Amino acid sequence: MSFVKLAASALAISAALATSAAARDNVQVAGSSTVLPYASIVAEAFGENFDFPTPVVESGGSSAGLARFCEGVGENQIDIANASRGIRAGEIEACAANGVTDIIEVRIGYDGIVFASDINGASFAFTPSDWFLALAPMIVVDGAVVENPNTNWNQVNPSFPDQEILAFIPGTRHGTREVFEEQVLAAGCEATGALEGMIASGMSEDDAEDACIAVRTDGISIDIDGDYTETLARIGSNPNGIGIFGLAFYENNTDTLQVATMNGVVPTVEAIASAEYPVSRPLYFYIKKAHIGVIPGLKEYAEFFVSDDMAGPSGPLAQYGLVSDPELAATQAMIAAEETMGDM
Amino acid sequence: MTDASADRSTDGHSRAKTSLLQLDERTKKRNAAEARFQAYGIAALAVGMFFLIALLTAIVSNGTRAFTQTFVMMDVTLDAQKLDPDGTGDAEVIAKTTTFGYGGIIDAALEQTLVARGITTEIAVGDLDQMLSSGAAAQIRRAVLDDTSLVGQTVTFEVLASSRVDGYLKGRVTRESLARDRNLSPEHLDVVDALQEAGLVERRFNWAFITGSDASESRPEQAGIGVSMIGSFFMMLVVLVLSLPIGVATSIYLEEFAPQNRFTDFIEVNISNLAAVPSIVFGILGLAIFIQVAHLPQSAPLVGGLVLTLMTLPTIIISTRASLKSVPPSIRDAALGVGASKMQSIFHHVLPLAMPGILTGTILGLAQALGETAPLLLIGMVGFIASNYPDGIAEGFLSPNSAMPAQIYEWAKRADPAYYERAWGGIIILLLFLMTMNIIAILLRRRFERRW
Repeated sequence: MSFVKLAASALAISAALATSAAARDNVQVAGSSTVLPYASIVAEAFGENFDFPTPVVESGGSSAGLARFCEGVGENQIDIANASRGIRAGEIEACAANGVTDIIEVRIGYDGIVFASDINGASFAFTPSDWFLALAPMIVVDGAVVENPNTNWNQVNPSFPDQEILAFIPGTRHGTREVFEEQVLAAGCEATGALEGMIASGMSEDDAEDACIAVRTDGISIDIDGDYTETLARIGSNPNGIGIFGLAFYENNTDTLQVATMNGVVPTVEAIASAEYPVSRPLYFYIKKAHIGVIPGLKEYAEFFVSDDMAGPSGPLAQYGLVSDPELAATQAMIAAEETMGDM
Repeated sequence: MTDASADRSTDGHSRAKTSLLQLDERTKKRNAAEARFQAYGIAALAVGMFFLIALLTAIVSNGTRAFTQTFVMMDVTLDAQKLDPDGTGDAEVIAKTTTFGYGGIIDAALEQTLVARGITTEIAVGDLDQMLSSGAAAQIRRAVLDDTSLVGQTVTFEVLASSRVDGYLKGRVTRESLARDRNLSPEHLDVVDALQEAGLVERRFNWAFITGSDASESRPEQAGIGVSMIGSFFMMLVVLVLSLPIGVATSIYLEEFAPQNRFTDFIEVNISNLAAVPSIVFGILGLAIFIQVAHLPQSAPLVGGLVLTLMTLPTIIISTRASLKSVPPSIRDAALGVGASKMQSIFHHVLPLAMPGILTGTILGLAQALGETAPLLLIGMVGFIASNYPDGIAEGFLSPNSAMPAQIYEWAKRADPAYYERAWGGIIILLLFLMTMNIIAILLRRRFERRW
């Protein structure tokens, strides 16, 4: 009877599977979607050049990746977390509580954050102050804190065209948002004197700092929770919009986007490496030291990632848009010695 | 009652004479309402058809390009000085040259090809290889390691062109759009034109898109959906093998044996509720139970299959119960009447008659599971995963893999526009699978279903 056969084979398969949940032979990586392209390029080349299977790289965001990273040690846990920001003290504590104590921090390079708009639209030359005046919910006018009255770019800066302000910025779950808040909005807040103005008008310092990095909610600034492809699609359907992208994404889409300068500097790999272009951030990955030697290929993968061939200034990662780290040699030595964060 | 009949008798005289041929006002109104309703229906249908056609046109026009790919033919001199300086012929020594070491060999091969064809260009020799996929080095290295006797010879290779060059032949990339591109310059396109005239650059059907594995962000030209297709296949196997017996057993018990009481009513209501639970919920459940408690491996099609089984079970149970119910009681009574036990009557008579309905429901449930992405996000099947072919059946269930819809989602997110095209191509393949499954379900129903 076919039914009995089916049931029997189902039982047999589940029994076979229960016993064969055997040792894992591939490196498992999860985390930031900004680091994912780089990690996938390295993983592919690693699979081609070594006898180990190609590592598995998942995305999901820096915080989600680090949370999974901190769940514990063992074959069932990921080996590496990619992150577009440094690990936080709270995360290190959460890790320690689950037995993940020896963590190796690897900085792979820098990522530039660029402001880009439709290629047929107007060109912009921004300063952080412009962005603060465009997107802050409260600004200081003549010493008084008022609701932001600016709706067109020429109100922000007379040299800009008379075009409505419309910004597509990364949602709060993205690491990019934090960089935008700290390096653009907060910087602009200080440069325009709004921070002092707010404190002078009776706000506490903490409140004023929070107000500096807040973003207006009247529809002029739109949070994008998806990926850069969504931002690109929004600009495609609304040519007045200005979006925030990673440098690598912009460089893959130069046929539809034009980039704005910041403080007069055009974002390029070179300008970011020399810190001339102000909005950038380091990219990291974190390794569980306890997994080295247990998961085959883990240390080799990490060493290969930061090798001059891959992450150097003329390697495939730089070709794709990563800004190479000038201190790569120190990172290579650190991985070779398996130095954990506590040792530093 | 009496009032009404009285009204009628008095009304009878004043009422206008009606004719079947001449419509009165009220009939005209009712007919108009009917005509209007039909018009609404046709309009709704037209809107539906419009969207269907728009969707299909978009899919086909965007996706068919993914099935062709541009290849470049070139003679590669596998320099023994570089690959095997001591002339050992030992594969291990030759393997020491990584793919980066093949860069110079490819540059030389390209230069040689251009000189041989009399093509002149101002591009530096080191930049010529931007026309080729970065996978070319890996392809040549693999060929050399497979056959070490090739070292020192000149071999003709057919390598993938880079996604920009491929886009140029497909009309996606133009000289204007390359003006500010870092990966390829308009001058490269002049070389491509010359090579195409010489018959060395060719765009043709690309089986690797259907059979190949996923590739990294920097080489969309190499990416294929084959490995994730295998992942989907193993998941569907798990779903079929688990959900069909469990679903059928549940339905037979509930339909034929279970007493009607509050408890079974409660179960029935919950089965219907389960069918309406959003699939992402099953994903969270799968993460918590199968991965964190049962310690099954992450990203494995086995876990994906288990999660999708949970999702498919209610669908199968509901359709199985419906088809069991549609078998007339007289069949059961006749079987019992000639002395069959209850179980014999079910397995010999009721179940075979209900089988077409059960299989139809199962296939539709599988088709639904095949197109599901959301729960796979949570169990680690979305990302750069489908890059290794599983070796063997057990590996197929346990080694990390993706699934077709997850792969499409992943491609749609990637930065290079060439991946966008591949996402549409993947949709075509997925739709073909779904259509095939639905057609099988329809055929089964047509062929075997009985009406009583």
